[in-house]
Amino acid sequence: MADDLLELPREAASRRAFLKTSALAGGGLVLGVMLPLTSRAAQAATAAMPVFNPLAEPGSFSPNAYVRVGTDDQVTLVVDKSEMGQGVMTALPMLLADEMDADWPRVHLLQAGAHEAYKNTLLGMQATGGSTSVRSSWLPLRRAGASARAMLVQAAAQRWQVDAAACSVSAGVVHGPGGRQARFGELAEDAARLPVPQQPRLKDPKEFRLIGRPLARVDVPEKTTGRAVFGLDMQVPDMLIASVAQPPAFGASVRGFDATAARAMPGVHSVHRTSDGVAVLAGDFWTARKGRDALKIDWDLGPNAALDDAGIMDLFRKAGEQPGAVAWKVGQGEAAVAPAAAAPGARTLQAEYALPFLAHATMEPMNCTAYVQKDRVDIWGPTQAQTMNQLVAGKITGLPPHAVHVHTTLLGGGFGRRFEQDFVAQAVELSKASGRPVKVVWTREDDTRHDFYRPANLHRLHAVLDGEGKLQAWTHQIVGPSIFSRVFPQFVKDGVDDSSVQGAIKLPYAMPNAQTRYVLCNTPVPVGFWRSVGHSITAFTVESFMDELAHAAGADPYRFRRELLVHGDQRALATLDVAAREAGWGKPLPAGHFHGIAMHESFGSYVTEVAEVSVDPQGQIRVHRVTCAVDCGQVVNPDIVTAQIQSAVVYGLTAALYDRIDLRQGGVVQGNFDKYRMLRMDSAPRVDVHILPSGEAPGGLGEPGTPPIAPAVANAVFAATGKRLRELPLRPELLKA
Amino acid sequence: MIEFTVNGKPQSLDLSPDTPLLWAIRDHLHLTGTKFGCGIAECGACTVHLNGNAVRSCQIPVSSVQGMHVTTIEGLQTREAQAVRAAWVVHQVPQCGYCQSGQIMSASALLKQTPKPSDSDIDAFMSGNICRCGTYPRIRAAIHDAAQALTQES
Repeated sequence: MADDLLELPREAASRRAFLKTSALAGGGLVLGVMLPLTSRAAQAATAAMPVFNPLAEPGSFSPNAYVRVGTDDQVTLVVDKSEMGQGVMTALPMLLADEMDADWPRVHLLQAGAHEAYKNTLLGMQATGGSTSVRSSWLPLRRAGASARAMLVQAAAQRWQVDAAACSVSAGVVHGPGGRQARFGELAEDAARLPVPQQPRLKDPKEFRLIGRPLARVDVPEKTTGRAVFGLDMQVPDMLIASVAQPPAFGASVRGFDATAARAMPGVHSVHRTSDGVAVLAGDFWTARKGRDALKIDWDLGPNAALDDAGIMDLFRKAGEQPGAVAWKVGQGEAAVAPAAAAPGARTLQAEYALPFLAHATMEPMNCTAYVQKDRVDIWGPTQAQTMNQLVAGKITGLPPHAVHVHTTLLGGGFGRRFEQDFVAQAVELSKASGRPVKVVWTREDDTRHDFYRPANLHRLHAVLDGEGKLQAWTHQIVGPSIFSRVFPQFVKDGVDDSSVQGAIKLPYAMPNAQTRYVLCNTPVPVGFWRSVGHSITAFTVESFMDELAHAAGADPYRFRRELLVHGDQRALATLDVAAREAGWGKPLPAGHFHGIAMHESFGSYVTEVAEVSVDPQGQIRVHRVTCAVDCGQVVNPDIVTAQIQSAVVYGLTAALYDRIDLRQGGVVQGNFDKYRMLRMDSAPRVDVHILPSGEAPGGLGEPGTPPIAPAVANAVFAATGKRLRELPLRPELLKA
Repeated sequence: MIEFTVNGKPQSLDLSPDTPLLWAIRDHLHLTGTKFGCGIAECGACTVHLNGNAVRSCQIPVSSVQGMHVTTIEGLQTREAQAVRAAWVVHQVPQCGYCQSGQIMSASALLKQTPKPSDSDIDAFMSGNICRCGTYPRIRAAIHDAAQALTQES
């Protein structure tokens, strides 16, 4: 078995003797971290297989890279996505175990290393993001579990000389006619000799025993004792800790530096110039950090030294003078605007919306541990993108990607930030330079100032209502940076980056004429994937403007949307109705409380949220309750769905109420939580989640709860104050009575 | 040499006196359950108990805990903590889990001080602990449950 499969919590009691394990501080999560590896022979032995199965080991039954049954009756399942709170460590094994009819409380889980076998079919690489985990695994993992079950049943049937159809399975035991039974482990050797069925029968949903049930998360107990191991907790023998001084402005570089004082500090091991700064290595973080503070660095501030927020919006305004590329068109598109506006009784609305850059602010600051040796690299870290880790480390060391072994730890939040490779590259560079294992540890200020930010955006919307208040034309121009132009330029087609326009195209509403354009306008500020990506931007503008139209038409905002959905997307309509009903839309609220509603479809799921809000005379917005209706297709674990929607609401609400990244002299102003504010217990609303029953294929879930919350709150603020806030965050000073 | 006890075990560390207790615990005693989140006492991830009181270990120089008793999440075994952990499991509180050591340290200290906390007691005591996964409603419910379990038990 490959040595970069990590043991997950349940392993602790029953870990297998051959694994190289290391007793980490506090025990608990036992990680197969020791070096070097023992799996070369295993790799060579399976070289003829089309895709190497890193799980396979002699004497056990492992029909694919996700399932292994030992003759000792141990059922091992692999988790190939990164656990960052979204529950994959529970939900994905549930898919395998259900189809397999394994004994859920006794299954043993492994975290996958980086291998071709674990490529995310929706992302084209091994990575966790885009709310793809269940969507990409739903059929493959069920098939993997079903294949294993079919082979175990076949093995039993042959042994008993009965028809396989006469056998059943429950909790890891195959039952046959006449009360015969055999445990999986007893059948493993025979099953391993059978051909793997290409199209195993999958269960009818009625037969599910685990899928659809609110099973307890497997990672909760470890997360209440301090034993869960995150990237920052990695300890590798002989390891050094690095603190890296990074450029104070985007595009700045090191002209020269004086490390005399740093090198003279007791405990400082060495100082290294890296490709993006200067690093101090020491035996512990505090020494490394003090050493770094003692560096005298002469920065060349580069071409962006004068950049500030006004400069960014100026860029967008100028770029917006161009019409931009057409991303979506319905009916006559923008050509319908003039004739519709000329019709008797018509009303035209125009509005401009602005959104700021945002940092991710994962609770666990960026960090990574790497050890570069002559013929291999090991990376231990909180990463969302194992394939990218291999490519980046391979590039730095000159080793082939398969020589890069990735040991994925728990992630203290991801939100898209840990798709990036900057912190991984630093660890690899510094291990290469020092010859020692190196853990790079960022401060909170590093984390906020060296992010890949949610893009700032400028939007212009334009719509025409006819004399009866019906929507006749809708146009939307989006100006902003493109994430894909940096990450995957091949995905920017004809001037359109789908991640910039998603949520503003193919709207679920029935519109006779609509057109959305995109003006790609990159700035010196690096942009990246921020929980729900373009959707959290476009939902704010589309759903706020929809509210403006409703009020202009003299209609109730829920009813106005409903009219447009009756002939539109029925799944969207159902969430709208359920959220309105459950929130008590239109019914009396406590004095001073007002409702706002917003609906948004993203990542194959539909969410409507109703926010109950009050605004005090100082303009302080308080969100009391958020009622959510969710259609995410078939549900694997309803409690995880509920938790993810609650989480996504708080994440989006924090941004809506508080945050913007400000630029001064080409760098980021905010550094820590005193200036980049987080929602806290005393401001957290009650969040009620209603999951609509559905037979559809699963939709994404980690992100779709985020987009609707900002417009739902802004729309409630309008209901409360009559003031339309078209800029995020929602600023109290604009709402003072 | 700075001498203090951690989870009941005597420790002596030869460290720069300005080293925050947080990094002494994490990097020198290798107890990594106590987390680094901000370094300025804004997030609560580094909460430990110092002589029984919840404190932010990122702001306490190790030299100032000479002779004191430090309890980290790994050593927290009070009856409040047991009730809190049980309630955390029932309510499935943790998501990413990174802040949860600090949340549990704070919640246990709250219940010790205020056995039957109101919602505003919870707001006041727990608002120093940030959770980016938004587990706040579940934390609140779990604290109420733990309080009830403790009341029934005594």
